[in-house]
Amino acid sequence: MTAVLEAHVLGRRYGTRWALRECTVVVPAGRVVGLVGPNGAGKTTLLKLAAGQLAPTTGDLAVLGERPGATPAHLARVGFVAQDTPVYAALTVADHLRLGARLNPRWDAPLARERAARLGLPPARRAGRLSGGQRAQLALTLGLAKRPELLILDEPVAALDPLARREFLEGLGEAAAAHGLSVLLSSHLVSDLERVCDHVIVLAGSRVRLAGDVDRLRASGRGLEDVVLAAMDAGAGR
Amino acid sequence: MIWLTWRQFRGSAALTAAVLVAFVVALGATGPGLAAEYTAGIAACVPDETCLDFFDRFFGAYDLLFLALTLVVLLLPALIGLFWGAPLVARELEAGTHLLVWSQSVTRRRWLAVKLAVVGLAAVAVAGGCGLAVTWWSGPLDRSAVPEMAQMAPVVFGARGIAPMGYAAFAFVLGVTVGLLVRRTLPAMALTLVIFAAVQVAVPLLVRPHLMPPVTGTFELGRENVDGIGAERGGSLHVFLRTSAVPGHPGAWVLSSELTGPGRASAEGLSGPSSTVTRSIPVSTTSGPCGPEGAAAPPGTSPCLDEVNRLGYRQQAAYQPLDRFWPVQWIETGIYALLALGLAGCCLRWIRSPL
Repeated sequence: MTAVLEAHVLGRRYGTRWALRECTVVVPAGRVVGLVGPNGAGKTTLLKLAAGQLAPTTGDLAVLGERPGATPAHLARVGFVAQDTPVYAALTVADHLRLGARLNPRWDAPLARERAARLGLPPARRAGRLSGGQRAQLALTLGLAKRPELLILDEPVAALDPLARREFLEGLGEAAAAHGLSVLLSSHLVSDLERVCDHVIVLAGSRVRLAGDVDRLRASGRGLEDVVLAAMDAGAGR
Repeated sequence: MIWLTWRQFRGSAALTAAVLVAFVVALGATGPGLAAEYTAGIAACVPDETCLDFFDRFFGAYDLLFLALTLVVLLLPALIGLFWGAPLVARELEAGTHLLVWSQSVTRRRWLAVKLAVVGLAAVAVAGGCGLAVTWWSGPLDRSAVPEMAQMAPVVFGARGIAPMGYAAFAFVLGVTVGLLVRRTLPAMALTLVIFAAVQVAVPLLVRPHLMPPVTGTFELGRENVDGIGAERGGSLHVFLRTSAVPGHPGAWVLSSELTGPGRASAEGLSGPSSTVTRSIPVSTTSGPCGPEGAAAPPGTSPCLDEVNRLGYRQQAAYQPLDRFWPVQWIETGIYALLALGLAGCCLRWIRSPL
């Protein structure tokens, strides 16, 4: 089994507070991996480290076999959609797609156009005037059309309504299957992850509490949600 | 990356370009008239040697406009630092859009380098265009200005020639640097303004006088360097020495000016009314050239000043002559350009790691 992400006693400190510590985890390739944990558990920190937006304080991290974010070629292989799906308020939807085309060597323009049209994103509308859900879809379209090998999504469905949420997660699963894309996404809702993920990592109290394939975790006879909550409780209790 | 930078910048660039074009057109329309008035005035005043009066009249007629234009050129670099420099990175960090653009296939270093180059060159171009247009327009006024407003004078010097380009480059990169460190737009703007203003005050006071070693000289007292002489009834004679002019070097920037007495007598002058030093001189004011009969001398001569000169009183001054205007401009612009490049280098280093 090859890994898209290998972390070894990875830690990140902000001032005196550890957002993530002694994180040792392997994310297998070709999977949709869910990162789950309560607020403040270090999910965003781990994803930002993986996307090369943060530098680790301690430990080693390899994403697709390299240090994250070091070269343009490596940046092209990893897609990242940050929490709250930031977009340029003053730029239009079409501008964002052009931005993606200009800044990414493997940009899939037909995919971007088709997806924006299907989701009803008006090309001439400024991103600042889109609804929260539309903004999220725009940011996700940028991430997908970049055609990365690993797509990292931080709380991607938080701004979507339940219908759009299901549609998005299903679309993500299809895209992952169609392009051999590995996906690492975070959520604090286990039900979201259960729908699309085949591997789950539970993060609580800035440490990894549980990691494993969904099928194996379910094999105990308990539901995934129960297993995950039990792992979180164990972390919180310690 | 250039496309994105231009797409984000084009709004304010277009606005600035429009204002700059209107400004330059207005100067271009009025400049030739001003130059013609100056030429005609000189032609008229040379034969009867009344050019000092013409200068006063001509400069007095336009002094408000002159000051306003000078102020525009002095403020422009600060505005560039505030509105182009400080928000450049800080606004992205504030809105979170840095996470969007940094997860495209472009390194942060390249992202910042392109932004610095495109907007920085625009800043230099705007300040250069504005500064050179005002320099050209103000030419006749600069030649007739009172010594305190001559081209080498601290306030005017920074609004002439190529120096505004150096200031603009520095202010812009300073704004970017502060924005990168402070990470919030409004505090970054405030801090940029404070630092830039401090530098712009400190350089003329502490640095510019020493960019080239000043010339020192001893001068006889005359109309150009004496503002007036006066005597209390029956008391000693007071000479008011200008601190901003030396004879024979119109437009020089006078760094120090003292009235020295005969022999090795110390030059303890008292500060007099506006930019003069005053000193009492032990000479009779009841008789002789400085007495009442001296005042009856024909116009253009001053027996009293001749007497004071004969007694050995002199102006001792250190100054930067006007012909050093361009050398000092180049040196100072070079210093600011190096500061800007140094700060840009720091930004490109810092953007890689700390966030």
